[in-house]
Amino acid sequence: MTLLDVQNLWVKFPNRQGVFDAVRGVSFSLGRERLGIVGESGSGKSMTGRAILRLIRKPGIVQADHIALEGRNLLNLPEVEMRKVRGQQISMVMQDPKFSLNPVMRIGDQIMEAYLLHNRTSKAQARAKSLEMLRAVSINDPERVMRAYPHEMSGGMGQRIMIAMMLIPDPKILIADEPTSALDVSVQRQVLDIMDGLVKERGMGLIFISHDLNLVSEFCDRVLIMYAGQIVEVCDADKLHDAQHPYTQGLLQSLPRLDQPRKYLPVLQREDDWQKAPIAGDQA
Amino acid sequence: MIKVENLNVWFDDGYDRVDAVRGASFNVNQGESFGLVGESGSGKSTILRAMTGLAPTWSGRIEIDGLALHGHKRNRDFYKTVQMVFQDPYASLHPRHSVDQVLGEALHLQGFRDIDTRVVKLLDDVGLDRKFRFRYPHQLSGGQRQRVAIARALAGEPKVLLLDEPTSALDVSVQAEILNLLTDLREEHGLTYLMVSHDLPVIGHMCERLAVMKSGEIVEVMDVTQLRQMQAKHPYSQELIGVSVAH
Ligand SMILES: Nc1ncnc2c1ncn2[C@@H]1O[C@H](COP(=O)(O)OP(=O)(O)O)[C@@H](O)[C@H]1O
Ligand SMILES: Nc1ncnc2c1ncn2[C@@H]1O[C@H](COP(=O)(O)OP(=O)(O)O)[C@@H](O)[C@H]1O
Ligand SMILES: [Mg+2]
Ligand SMILES: [Mg+2]
Repeated sequence: MTLLDVQNLWVKFPNRQGVFDAVRGVSFSLGRERLGIVGESGSGKSMTGRAILRLIRKPGIVQADHIALEGRNLLNLPEVEMRKVRGQQISMVMQDPKFSLNPVMRIGDQIMEAYLLHNRTSKAQARAKSLEMLRAVSINDPERVMRAYPHEMSGGMGQRIMIAMMLIPDPKILIADEPTSALDVSVQRQVLDIMDGLVKERGMGLIFISHDLNLVSEFCDRVLIMYAGQIVEVCDADKLHDAQHPYTQGLLQSLPRLDQPRKYLPVLQREDDWQKAPIAGDQA
Repeated sequence: MIKVENLNVWFDDGYDRVDAVRGASFNVNQGESFGLVGESGSGKSTILRAMTGLAPTWSGRIEIDGLALHGHKRNRDFYKTVQMVFQDPYASLHPRHSVDQVLGEALHLQGFRDIDTRVVKLLDDVGLDRKFRFRYPHQLSGGQRQRVAIARALAGEPKVLLLDEPTSALDVSVQAEILNLLTDLREEHGLTYLMVSHDLPVIGHMCERLAVMKSGEIVEVMDVTQLRQMQAKHPYSQELIGVSVAH
């Protein structure tokens, strides 16, 4: 079942020389699945995620044939309605959680505030719910975390707290932008397991943005590979290593491997036509 | 070339004491590339910082090129022998200094006179086109900035490079280019590397031997053949290898 359908999305930044197209005609749809978006930095991953929520700052421009959430075109919604979508239906976890949390407010107060924004209920109920959310993301001393300030938390804790906050409205879609890049492998696992549980148990759709090909191939169901603002290839995540596009192959080959010693790593040879040709059919 | 014996490094602000490194010992031979691998917070960078005098409170023995280090003051001879490259080339380059100024200043500090010729040579050494010479950091890509940082480290013709996560902030395609460059430079200049990374495959690719760190301690020193054949002895090293080859 399709939760989100994006057709011909463009993100443009006008500048003195003309217009820079950060995202160029991207189309894909998302069901109750884990959809990965990979590509090098600057390839347009974050802008794609932010454009869905209409979070591109001026002078940036978002254009698309449609960005449909369960059939409703988000591009036509007035900003007031869009704010409700952001709060309740689509949540986004940004790369660095420390920037997303208010540094001078206790974590508990922030979560409760978010809860009260979405639910007409008592403070006591909000508190109970907040503790429950923190437990849901494997924080086992939620009382202490509620009292703490963001700077007292490690990167892994901060990221889990952000995910807890994003879950409060029980969103249909979670967009996670490099949510684990700053985390160690063991903590990374835990955060991924939490998101995995949400997709399986709540039927959520997940857009997982990452530059880590191996991680995405292990964790996601499907992967979009982006290059210079376009989707150059779509594949099943477990078949990423059989990818056809020379860009995807080049990225994979450039990774050092413990089982394949060699003196030099293959260097990506970029071709001009990767920029020109969007994939045939574009049926992501 | 490098001898570390029973190194302890701690941070003490009067209230909390953090024992960041405890009882670390290892040797790096002349011309060898040695890796320190482990999760963030395990004390890898702190070892490099103690060597360069950036972590003042330490005990134990550090010897580089036959000379024992004391305290946190390092003289000119030290920087002639040892140079460091950091993870984030953007933070380590002055935003308003051009490539030419960065390299010129480093050469000047090392007492060179033929600066013009040497700047051009350094750019060639690190594979940067000469058109980049008068650019500023914000006009360079991440990989190009890291090349500048490496060129600066090479200015004084050091014997030892301390590399702290030199490619962790880069895309894998750019990482491959920088690692290839480091491979060539070691061969051409007979350098000794002490390289820190949380990425085991990167360490496996670059180093002949490595130490695995956990919570401030070295749990195991092994050579790359043992690593590749998955013959780690300590359970923590085995776990680290496990997650790195799961793909
Ligand atoms: N405010 C802006 N003005 C102009 N260009 C921008 C702006 N924000 C981002 N870009 C450009 O858009 C492109 C895509 O960026 P982004 O989506 O953040 O890449 P990714 O997340 O894949 O690393 C990059 O080339 C970036 O420089
Ligand atoms: N200046 C400092 N003051 C107090 N603690 C520090 C300082 N620098 C590092 N630490 C602590 O020392 C430990 C080791 O840090 P570090 O060597 O940076 O780890 P790594 O490089 O392995 O990620 C960490 O617990 C860190 O918080
Ligand atoms: Mg991004
Ligand atoms: Mg470090």
